[in-house]
Amino acid sequence: MRRLILTLLMMVGLSGGALAQEPPPTPDQPLARPEQEARAQALFNEIRCVVCQHESIADSPAGVASDMRRWVRDRIAAGESDAEIREGLVARYGDYVLFTPPLRAGTLLLWGLPLVLVLGGGVVLVWIGRRRPVAEGPAELTESERLAVQDLLKAATSGPEDDATSPPKTQG
Amino acid sequence: MIVELGAFALCLALALSVLQAGLSVAGRMRASPVLAGAGEGAALAACLAVVLAFLVLIWAFVVSDFSVSNVASNSHTDKPMLYKVAGAWGSHEGSLLLWCLVLTGFGAMLARARTGAGGLPFGLKAVAVAVQGGLGALFLAFVLFTSSPFGRMDPVPVEGASLNPLLQDPALAFHPPLLYGGYVGLSVCFSLAVAALIEGRPGAGFWPAWGRWIRPWALASWALLTAGITLGSFWAYYELGWGGWWFWDPVENASFMPWLAAAALLHSAVVTERRGALIGWTVFLALVAFTLSMLGAFLVRSGVLTSVHAFAVDPERGLMLLGILGLTAGAAFALFALRAGQLTGKALFAPISREGALVLNNLFLSVAAATVLVGTLYPLILEAAGGATISVGPPYFAVTFTPLMAVALLILPMGPLLAWKRGDAVGALQRLAWAAGLSLVFAVVIWALFQPRQALTGAGLALGAWLVLGALAELAERVRLFGKRTAGELGRRVQALPLAAWGMTAAHAGLGLFVLGAVVETGLKVEAARPLEIGQMVAAGPYQATLRAVEIVEGPNYLAERATLDVEPLGGGRPEMVRAERRFFPAGGQTTTEVGLSFHGLDDVYLVLGERRAGESGGRAWTVRMHWNPWARLIFLGPALMALGGLLSLMDRRLRTADVARRRGVA
Repeated sequence: MRRLILTLLMMVGLSGGALAQEPPPTPDQPLARPEQEARAQALFNEIRCVVCQHESIADSPAGVASDMRRWVRDRIAAGESDAEIREGLVARYGDYVLFTPPLRAGTLLLWGLPLVLVLGGGVVLVWIGRRRPVAEGPAELTESERLAVQDLLKAATSGPEDDATSPPKTQG
Repeated sequence: MIVELGAFALCLALALSVLQAGLSVAGRMRASPVLAGAGEGAALAACLAVVLAFLVLIWAFVVSDFSVSNVASNSHTDKPMLYKVAGAWGSHEGSLLLWCLVLTGFGAMLARARTGAGGLPFGLKAVAVAVQGGLGALFLAFVLFTSSPFGRMDPVPVEGASLNPLLQDPALAFHPPLLYGGYVGLSVCFSLAVAALIEGRPGAGFWPAWGRWIRPWALASWALLTAGITLGSFWAYYELGWGGWWFWDPVENASFMPWLAAAALLHSAVVTERRGALIGWTVFLALVAFTLSMLGAFLVRSGVLTSVHAFAVDPERGLMLLGILGLTAGAAFALFALRAGQLTGKALFAPISREGALVLNNLFLSVAAATVLVGTLYPLILEAAGGATISVGPPYFAVTFTPLMAVALLILPMGPLLAWKRGDAVGALQRLAWAAGLSLVFAVVIWALFQPRQALTGAGLALGAWLVLGALAELAERVRLFGKRTAGELGRRVQALPLAAWGMTAAHAGLGLFVLGAVVETGLKVEAARPLEIGQMVAAGPYQATLRAVEIVEGPNYLAERATLDVEPLGGGRPEMVRAERRFFPAGGQTTTEVGLSFHGLDDVYLVLGERRAGESGGRAWTVRMHWNPWARLIFLGPALMALGGLLSLMDRRLRTADVARRRGVA
């Protein structure tokens, strides 16, 4: 009995899921010309499914995503450029639909900050470096010199103070 | 009755945490080891109380006590035992209790840390235990007063609503404990940093010692975060059925920011320990890392983000979390600003030196963390400010985060070969010459072998190989592989290599493997989908899959359509049987996909069973999506190796304070 009920549920849930919700989306028909289909696939990855949670229409199983994919393919087949298709999408759904945020006054900080931070950080580091004198006295030994010295010191059991990344003394 | 015991244990834990903070502060102010010791005892007791509460919650899930509303809304009698237990931390309330468990657990470990010669100084430890107690009290109060998992409901439902079936997966059962271990492990770094700001004094080797104290906690947190994030990413890869493994989803970003900060902290703490430099910066990072953890907790729980991983929680509780975040981070950074002037080290170093390389590492890692932070928060801020709604997704991070990291990774292999104070860049490059040459050859060969040939893929291949070979070159240098040595001496050198050195090599090589996997998978993956009738096939990349059968099977708490497919190389070869399922969970009325994975060397053949429909010839057909994901295994093996590297370093006895004390004593 339980199995029967489950099977019935299953039919509703898996195949007819459908009955209550939207019909299963028709399968995608790839564009005939491979270079056009490649353009379509590239575009799918940067277009957000408008009913999903942070999913691109390339990933989303939702019916709306399927419709959007078909729309993009139709536009490509009609000879529109990628930029025109993006404009068309933004006109329909707003900036939200593109995973690439637009560049305008309100998003200058978003786009500029990484570059400003890394350049600013670099400038600050150079400035600090200039202000401070560089280590005085003889340079530290090179790695090979240091290892040679350490070998010589082996007999004396006490090497230079070690850190977590330097070779250990043979006997601590 | 037992459930009330859990609620009582939680109240007790709150009281004990308050006591822990109070007694430790009193102990410090009166310089009384007895009072401070009592504070430490309270920390242990608080941990035990939370353990008890947690066990009670698990028990309620195990016996399916649906009078507890949290159990009723997240469990079901049909659920397999593993997911009944894991359901205890599958909801907002339960996961916050897990957070408190880890928080008090780390607090207890801190309370047990050695004091005295070589260990933590009395004052520093007392203050750190107090801060940890304060954090525990805040979060326990939040759980108790807004999100108690022990609330009863009346009338008692006959059956529970079950856990979201997407979460009923072994990887996701262990993902939260690991992730929270990392998030909350950073709280100890935070507490030690606040304590050092209060107690710290210049000179007398205080700050280098502090660098040594903080490192194991940072290392453990980072390794746990690495493992937790990798497990979560692997789950997304095979459970969501989209073929992707990282979506730059806000919740993924929320876990990635503390990871980047912890990685930076790990490296800057080495400089502080070894050279007494970058003191202020290391303290700052220790505060930032846990702040980002708390920010992540807020973002995931406040309902401001929409994501697959987010807990749907009302904004009110989100605001309270924001309050806790503002209070703790605000106080800590105010203290930092007050003391920043005294945090300058006297150590000098040339720009080209081990210190210099680690400073660059920190520059890039922290700017990368800031980029992820801006990318995650900007849409929220813009919308709140009345601006338009925008989406920040993968294309944004591809042009900001990726170049930053590429530059950082290009410099990485140089760092370990440079001497402290003043390094020899030319010498380091000479010793890396063979690694650089081999990487280029490797990249060109692989790039030529596969279609499509993209310049970026080639560059990424060279970068990944450069990291792996650079790490090996450094190891070879250490054991002097290329010197005129006997085999016996080489063996002794390999044996004498400290675990921390192996750890560093493993972590850096693991990063390289990850880069290789990510680059090849992203650049060369192939996807195909078509409706298949029994006996028909679909091909992607060098493999094809034939649909052999579809049957209905009954799981413990679901029904599934299970497809059996044969995967074989295009040219023919031994077929391998793969099963892919579409599962229907009657309890929640949800359908999930169970991806069929077929491993071929480093490549994955990834099969997703879709809906049933009419086929070309009018018969029954199922949409089957097939992905060929070349080298995808490296995407998860690389980070696993990184986490292992962290573990190896952690096991190095020279990081343990007790051991340092013993060695100091001998010397």
